[in-house]
Amino acid sequence: MQVMAQVAMVMNLDKCIGCHTCSVTCKQAWTNRTGVEYVWFNNVETRPGQGYPRRYEDQERWRGGWELGRRGRLRLKAGGRVRKLLTIFSNPLMPNISDYYEPWTYDYENLMTAGPQQTTPVARPRSLLSGKDIRISWSSNWDDSLGGGPELTRQDPVLERVSEEVRLEFEKAFMFYLPRICEHCLNPSCAASCPSGAIYKRTEDGIVLVDQDRCRGWRMCVTGCPYKKVYFNHRTGKAEKCMFCYPRVEVGMPTVCAETCVGRLRYIGVVLYDPERVLGAASTPDPKDLYRAQREVFLDPYDPEVQGAAERAGIPPDWIEAAQASPVWSLIQRFEVALPLHPEYRTLPMVWYVPPLSPVVDVLRDTGHDAEDAGNLFGAIDALRIPIGYLAELFTAGDPGPVRGALQRLAAMRSYMRAVNLGDPPDPSIPAAVGMDERDVQDMYRLLALAKYDERYVIPAAHAEAGERLDELACTLDYEGGPGMGGWGPFGEGSGGVTPVAVETFHALKDRQRTGAFVDPADGRRRVNLLNWDGRGEAGELLPQDGDAEG
Amino acid sequence: MTPDRRGPAATPGLDGEVTEALLRLGRHLRRGETSADLRTIIEVGGREADAFYRDRWSHDKVVRSTHGVNCTGSCSWKVYVKDDIITWEAQQTDYPSVGPDRPEYEPRGCPRGAAFSWYTYSPTRVRYPYVRGVLLQMFRTAKREAGGDPVEAWSLVADNPKRRAAYVSARGKGGFVRASWREAIEIAAAAHVHTIRRWGPDRIAGFSPIPAMSMVSHAVGARFISLIGGVMLSFYDWFADLPVASPQVFGDQTDVPESADWWDAGYLIMWGANLPVTRTPDAHWMAEARYRGQKVIAVSPDYADNVKFADEWLHAQPGTDGALAMAMGHVILNEFFVQRETPYFTGYVKRYTDLPFLIKLDERDGYFVPRKFLTAADLGSESEGAAFKTVLLDAATDEPFVPNGSLGFRFGQQGEGRWNLDLEGRDPLLTLAGGGAEAVPVRLVRFDTPDGTGRVLRRGVPARQVAGHLVTTVFDLLLANYGVRREGLPGDWPSGYDDPNHPYTPAWQEAITSVPAAAAARIAREFADNAARTRGRSMIVMGAGTNHWFHSDLIYRSFLALLTLTGCQGVNGGGWAHYVGQEKVRPLTGWTQLAFGLDWSRPPRQMVSTPFFYLATDQWRYDALDPGILAAPGEAERLDASSTADLIARSARMGWMPSYPTFDRNPIELVEEAEARDEDPIAYTVGALRDGKLRFACEDPDAPENWPRVLTVWRSNLLGSSGKGNEYFLRHLIGGDSAIRDEEVPADRRPREVTWREPAPIGKLDLLLSLDFRMTSTTLFSDVILPAATWYEKHDLSSTDMHPFVHAFSPAIPPPWQTRTDFDWFQLLARAFSDMARVHLGKRRDLVAGALMHDSPDELSVPGGAARDWKRGQCEPIPGVTMPRLTVVERDYETVAERMTALGPLLDRLGATTKGTTFDLTAAVTQLKMKNGVIRGGAGDGRPSLLEDVHACEAILALSGTTNGSLAVQGFRDLERRTGMRLADLAEEREGDHITFADTQARPMPVLTSPEWSGSESGGRRYSPFVINVERLKPWHTLTGRQHHYLDHDWMAAFGEQMPVFRPPLNMSLLFGEPQLGSVTELGVTLRYLTPHSKWSIHSEYQDNLLMLTLSRGGPTIWISPADAAKAGIADNDWIEAVNRNGVVVARAIVSHRMPQGTAYMYHVQERVVDVPVAETSRKRGGIHNSLTRLAIKPTHLIGGYAQLSFAFNYLGPTGNQRDEVTIIRRRSQEVTY
Repeated sequence: MQVMAQVAMVMNLDKCIGCHTCSVTCKQAWTNRTGVEYVWFNNVETRPGQGYPRRYEDQERWRGGWELGRRGRLRLKAGGRVRKLLTIFSNPLMPNISDYYEPWTYDYENLMTAGPQQTTPVARPRSLLSGKDIRISWSSNWDDSLGGGPELTRQDPVLERVSEEVRLEFEKAFMFYLPRICEHCLNPSCAASCPSGAIYKRTEDGIVLVDQDRCRGWRMCVTGCPYKKVYFNHRTGKAEKCMFCYPRVEVGMPTVCAETCVGRLRYIGVVLYDPERVLGAASTPDPKDLYRAQREVFLDPYDPEVQGAAERAGIPPDWIEAAQASPVWSLIQRFEVALPLHPEYRTLPMVWYVPPLSPVVDVLRDTGHDAEDAGNLFGAIDALRIPIGYLAELFTAGDPGPVRGALQRLAAMRSYMRAVNLGDPPDPSIPAAVGMDERDVQDMYRLLALAKYDERYVIPAAHAEAGERLDELACTLDYEGGPGMGGWGPFGEGSGGVTPVAVETFHALKDRQRTGAFVDPADGRRRVNLLNWDGRGEAGELLPQDGDAEG
Repeated sequence: MTPDRRGPAATPGLDGEVTEALLRLGRHLRRGETSADLRTIIEVGGREADAFYRDRWSHDKVVRSTHGVNCTGSCSWKVYVKDDIITWEAQQTDYPSVGPDRPEYEPRGCPRGAAFSWYTYSPTRVRYPYVRGVLLQMFRTAKREAGGDPVEAWSLVADNPKRRAAYVSARGKGGFVRASWREAIEIAAAAHVHTIRRWGPDRIAGFSPIPAMSMVSHAVGARFISLIGGVMLSFYDWFADLPVASPQVFGDQTDVPESADWWDAGYLIMWGANLPVTRTPDAHWMAEARYRGQKVIAVSPDYADNVKFADEWLHAQPGTDGALAMAMGHVILNEFFVQRETPYFTGYVKRYTDLPFLIKLDERDGYFVPRKFLTAADLGSESEGAAFKTVLLDAATDEPFVPNGSLGFRFGQQGEGRWNLDLEGRDPLLTLAGGGAEAVPVRLVRFDTPDGTGRVLRRGVPARQVAGHLVTTVFDLLLANYGVRREGLPGDWPSGYDDPNHPYTPAWQEAITSVPAAAAARIAREFADNAARTRGRSMIVMGAGTNHWFHSDLIYRSFLALLTLTGCQGVNGGGWAHYVGQEKVRPLTGWTQLAFGLDWSRPPRQMVSTPFFYLATDQWRYDALDPGILAAPGEAERLDASSTADLIARSARMGWMPSYPTFDRNPIELVEEAEARDEDPIAYTVGALRDGKLRFACEDPDAPENWPRVLTVWRSNLLGSSGKGNEYFLRHLIGGDSAIRDEEVPADRRPREVTWREPAPIGKLDLLLSLDFRMTSTTLFSDVILPAATWYEKHDLSSTDMHPFVHAFSPAIPPPWQTRTDFDWFQLLARAFSDMARVHLGKRRDLVAGALMHDSPDELSVPGGAARDWKRGQCEPIPGVTMPRLTVVERDYETVAERMTALGPLLDRLGATTKGTTFDLTAAVTQLKMKNGVIRGGAGDGRPSLLEDVHACEAILALSGTTNGSLAVQGFRDLERRTGMRLADLAEEREGDHITFADTQARPMPVLTSPEWSGSESGGRRYSPFVINVERLKPWHTLTGRQHHYLDHDWMAAFGEQMPVFRPPLNMSLLFGEPQLGSVTELGVTLRYLTPHSKWSIHSEYQDNLLMLTLSRGGPTIWISPADAAKAGIADNDWIEAVNRNGVVVARAIVSHRMPQGTAYMYHVQERVVDVPVAETSRKRGGIHNSLTRLAIKPTHLIGGYAQLSFAFNYLGPTGNQRDEVTIIRRRSQEVTY
C-alpha cells in the first residue's frame, strides 16, 4: 500500500442557489486580467443546459478524458502521445472562442464625454478581442435559469443521453445549478496530454498545476481535459487553470470559491488514497462501476494500517487527523451522498457532488400524500421533478442506483428531523430503511444543515519545513524581466517569464487611478485590465504581439 | 460511453509501448517524479513558475466595509488593498454565532456585492464635478452680469424663460463639461438660496432611499434639506415596497423576523419571494431548514430560482395571490374554528386580535351594513378617550366591558398603566352565535368580476343589542365575509369547497388562480395544522411578487389573516416575513434625530413621494381612472370625487397625508404677510384658506409657483430605477425627450377641484443635482453632477432586517480623483449656502404644515375615522384636528453650516420620541461631548461635534436604544409606566453595553433589545416581531391595541375593504383602452408586464456592471414563454419592442419554458445606459423598465389622521405600484442603430 493525500471538495447541489458569487469572487481574485478575460476557473451552469464552454460534455466531439483501448488499456480519448506529437501544431479538438464566448465591454466613457446630441448617450457593446462593435449572442452563462429553453436546453449533451422522455415545458420545468472548478483528478488526462510535461500533480495535496515556465502553449491539455477546465491565456500563450487557491489552502484557508459560497454548500477536506490503485480503478471495464472503483482507491484514515503507511510516506500527523475529520471523506464514504462528476471520463475526479433533492412532481401531490411522510418519500424518489436518469448520467455513468440511494438518505434525514422539529419522538425506522442508524443521520444533519465553518473546511496547513515549496516567494517587482529589471527580455513576453498578474493588475489600476484620462495614450505597454477596459484603444493590442516589449 | 467488455488488462497500463518509451525518455528530463504507471508527474518543490498566483494573492491590508444603498443584505465585506489600490472583495465570515444548534450568518454576500469593486476604477466612474456646458456658460455669463453674485446669477438664468429653456431642453442629451468643485457647489448653493427666497423652502426636495444601508450618508443630506426647510421625499411607499397592510393590521411598519428565524419555522411558504435571487445571503437558511424537516412551499407564477427548493409549487396566475389566500382562510376558518375548535388558535385570537370586538350594524335598504367599532362612548362613558376604547362581551356575564389596551388608553393620564393586553381574567366572547342572538342579513361586497367592480354579497351574522346598538363581532363578520357557513344564518353561502360560484371556496379560487382546489385546501390545512402543533411556527415569506400590485394591501391582509388566525405572529419561527425594500435602521432614534435635524428644529418636512411625483410629473393629467369605479356598490356618490387628483387634494387639506409644496405661496412670505398685519400666522393662514384667498399647492399643481424647483438625488437613481412613469418624468419634470404615447384626459373627465392649466408645463425643475460615483440614467439628465465616494471610501454604518448586527463601512482607500463622500459634499454645500444666505436670506420664519401623526395624540382627532372635509363645509378647519398641524419654525439660514456640524440643544430639552416612547438623552449627549469633542464658537458652541463622518456614526450609536443599553432600559421604563407591564428586564442584561463605532469596525455587533422595536433579542434569542406584544402584553399601535382584521374608517367602508377581500388586478383594457391580455394583432402579442428584481443587478449592484453583464446577456432583456414568442414570431435573443400607452422599450428576448404563457418579465432597473438602441416606435433612446409603467394611486392609501391609519414617514402612504400593467411585444427590425 502506498498512501497519498489529496485535498478535495464536495459541493451539495441540493443547497446551491445558483447565485454565481463563487464565479465572481474567483474571477476577481484570479482571472480578472488580459488574456484570460473569457476564463472562469469557477463557473456555474444551469442544468439542464449546455454548460461552458458549450456542450463540453460531448466527448464524441471534443474527445476529452480517457477511454479503454485494445486489451483494456487506458488511453487518451483524443489519441495517444504519438498522435499528439504528430498533430502538435494543429489541434482540431479545441473549443474556439465562440464555444466559450467572445468577451466584450462597453463604450462607457461615452456617457460622460458625449457632446451635445439628439438622443441620450449610451454605452455600446464592443468586442474585447477585435475592439469592434458587437452584437452579443453568447456568454459564459447564456442559458442561466433555463434562458433560451427549450430550444437551447435541448442541446444539453447529458439530456440527449437520458433514455426517459424529458418534456421541456412549463408544468414539468426543472433545473438545478452545477458549480464547477478543476476536478484535480487522481488520473488527470490534462497532464497526460501535455507534450511538455508542464502539468503536474503536487505530492502533498494533489493539486494539479501548470508549470508556467515549462508550458509551451500546445493546448493539448485543453483537449485532454474532458471538463474543459484548462484554459489558454491568449496573451501569454500559456495554459492556466484553477489551482485550488493553493496560496490560501497552504495556510489552511479554504479556496475563494468555497469561502465565499453563500449557499454554504462547499466542503473541503483531505482524502487519503492509494496511488497504486488509481490506474486499475480508472481501467474498470464497465463505466457504471467507476464510481465504486474510485471509492475503493480511497483509504480509511481510521485504519491503523493506513495510518502506518501514511506515516511512512511522510504524511504529517496533523494531515492524518485532518483526513479523519474530513467532511469530504464523510460525505463520500460514510454517508454515501456525494458522487463524482462524469466518472466515465476515467480521470477519477476529486470534486464530488451531493445530488439535488428536487420536489416531487405534481402527480404525487395531487394524490394528497404528504411528501414529508417517509413512506411516500422513498416511493417518490423516482417521481422527482428532476429525472433521476438525468442525475445518473451526470454522476454515475447512467446507473440510477447510487443516485437513488443518496437521494433516499437525504429524504430520510428530512423525514427523521421533521419529528425532532415538531417536538415528537423521532422514528428510528426511518434511517434504518436507508441503511443508516440514528447517529449517522444526526451526524449527517449536523454536517449538511448546521455546516459550521470549521466543519465545512478541514484543511491542514502545509508544512513549510518539509520542502522548498515556499522558495518562490520573492519581491513582487524584482522578478526576472520585470519592471524592476528592465523589460521583457530579448524574445518578448511569449518567450520568457511572465509578469506576475498582480503586478500587472496593480500597474494598470495604478496608472488608471493617477491619470485623468480614461486610457493614457502614452502608455507604451498598452496593457489593460480587460474588465476595466473602457472602450478606448484597439483591443487587438490586448493580444500578444511580437515586439510589444516596452516596459 | 460504451463499456469495454473485454475485461481488465492483466496489468493496467497506457495505450502503447511506443508511447511508454517516449514518455520514459521525456520524463527523465523532468525534475519531478513520474508515477510508476506514467500517468502523471508528481512534483515536490521548485515551483518558481507558479509564483504569480502566490504573488497575486498577496495584499497589504484588508478593510471591513459593505455596500451602501438599495440592498437588504447589509453584508460585511473584506476589501483587499494592495499599495493603495483596491483589488477585490470577499465576504467576512466573523459574524457572532447565533447558536450552536443552527447555521450561521457567514458568509453573507452575493455576486453583485462581489463585483462592486469594479466600479472603483471603471470607466463609468464619475471622477470630477460635471455641469452641462450650456448651463455652465450661461451661469458664468450671468455671474458677470450680476457683479459676481452667484444668487443673482442663478436668478438671471433660471428666471429667464429663454435661458431656462435652453438648458432644460438640453437635459439628457450629453454635453457635460468638467467644472471645478467650487463652481459646481456655487451653482447648487445659489439655486437653493434663490429658490427659498423666490418660491419658498418647500419647493426644494431631496431624494435618497434606504437609510439603514448607509445611515450617515443618508442623514447628512436629509439634515441639510431639513435644516433649510426643504422636503425629504419618502421612498418605501414610493417603491411600492411599503406594505400598507402593515399599518392597517399591526399599526407598525415592516417589523419582521431576521432570516435566522426562518430556521425556527416548521412550515414555510415563499409567496412571491424569490429568495435565492432577492435574498441571496439569507437563502441558505431556507435550504438548510428543510433538513430540519421544514416543509417549504413556493407560490410563484414562473418556475423561479426558489421553486427548485420547494416541496410544492403553486403557480398562481400573476396578481391572483389574494384569491388563493382567501380560499385558504376559508378552509382554516371552517376546519379549525367552526367544525372544531382549536384551543391555541381561539386563545390567541381572543387576546391578540380584534376578532372578539363588537361592531355596530346599521340598517340600510332592508339589510344591515357593518360600520364602526362599538366604543366606551357608545356605552355612555365620558372618560378620557372613550371614543377610542373598543368594547368586548364578557362570556361569563354576557355584559359588555371595556378592556385595557385600546387607543383610548394610550395617551391621556387616565390610561397610564392600563395600555396593555391584560384581560384581567375575563374571557371575551368570540362569536355571538347561540345565546339569544338574532340572525341578521348583512350586506358585504365581492369584487371577483371581470372588470373588478363590486357586487353585493348577502350573508347573515348573529347579532344582538348592546346599549341600544345592534352589534356583532368581527369574528362573526369575518366568517360571513369568507363564506364559512353556519347553521341558521340567512344569505348566499357556498355549498362546499367544490362550489365554484361563491367566494371564497377552494373551487372558486381555482378558476381565478389556476391552483387546483384540492391543493389550495390541503396547503391551508397543513399550514394551520403545523401552527397548531407548534404553537404558531408557520411562516410566510412574502415578496414583491405579491406586494407591488394596486391591491397589494388586500393581498397582504388576506395573507396576514392566515397568520393571525393561526397564532403565528409574535412567535419565533412564525408570522409574516416581508422583505421588500425597507430595511431596519436598528439604531433608529439616533439616526432620526440626525437625519431630520430634530436637534435644532421641529417638525421637519416629510413628504409622501407617490402623490408628490404624481402631481409633479403631471401623470394626473393622463389618469382617466375614476375612483368611483373602485368603490363599493352605492358608495361612489357618497365619495363624490371624479379623479384621484381631487382625492389627493382632499387628503392634504384634511391633514391626512402631508403635502409639499404646501400652499400656493412661499410659506416664509405667508408668515411675513401675517406679521405685517400683526396677525398670528397660523390663524391668518386658516382664515385665508377658509376664505379661499390661499390654496393648497396640490389644488393647482401646474401653476409655476407650485412647482418643485430644486431636486437633489443622492444614493439613488430615481430616473433609472424607481421612477414609475419614467417618460412622464422626462417630459414634465425634467423637460427632456420623452416617448409618452398617451393623451391627456378629455375635459369631461378632469378633476373638479384641481385646476387644469393649458398647456401642460414642460421641465418644472430649475435644478436637478445628483451625487453619484457612476453614470446613471439620473446623472445623464442632471444639471450638476458631484462625484461621490464609493462604499469602500468612507465611514458609515449599516444594519438590516435580515440580521441582528450593526457594522461599519471603513475607507479602504481615500476617495480618489475629485470624489468626496456624501458627508463632505453636503458640508461644502451647507457652507456655500450659509455664506450666500448671509446676504440673501438671514433669519426667517417659516410656516410648516404637517400631517396628523401616527404614534401621537393626533390619532385621536376624529372618532370613528369620519371623513369630514372643511372645504366642503362638513366641519370647521381646525389645525391639527381637521386639517394639517401648523407650526412656525425659525430658520437661521446663516448658521445652517454650523448646525450641520454640531448636535443641537433641542435633544437635551425635549429628548427623542420614537413610536411613542420618549428617551431622555441628557446622559448620552454628555457622553458624546467627550467622545466627539465639542464645537467651539458659532451656533453650535459647546455642543457635541458632528464635523466628521465618524462623529455622526458615534452620535447615531449613542442616541439609540438598540446600541446604547442604558437608553434601552430607560425607554422600557417609560413604556412600563404606560403599560403597567414589566419590560425593562428585557434590556437590563445589557444595560452597560454601549456599542461604539470602533466596535462595529472590529466585527458585526449584535444589537440590544429596545422599545424602538417589537421583538426581543434577550438571552440571545432570534429576532421575531411582536414577541414583546405577545409575551409582555404590550398593545399593538392600533385602535383596539390588537391586530386588526377589521378597519372601520369611512373610506374603507366606501371602498368595500373593511375586511380582507379579493380584488383582481386592474383591468387595463377596460380602464385604459389597452388590448386584451393574450390578444395577438399585427402590433404584437399583449402580455402582463412584470418587473421583478433581477439576478444581475438588484440590490447592491447596478445594471451596468461588466461582470454581471458578462454573466447574463449583456443588456436589456425581456423574458417570455415559448408560446407567446411563437405568436409574435420571436426567437431567443431577437431584438423586440415593448409598447404601451406610457412608452416604449427596446430589448432582446429571452424565450424560456420557465415562463408562464401570457406574462412578460422585464427585470427591474434595466436602464438607458448600456446597449439600448434607438426605438423604431419613438425614434428615441429606447426606454427603461419604467418607460411602460405609470402611477395609479389607490384612494384608501390616502387615509390618515385616525388611529393606526395616521401618517408617519415611510410608515403609511400611497404606493407607487406597477404590477397591473400590460404591454404589446413585437419583433422589431434586427438592424439596430444607436
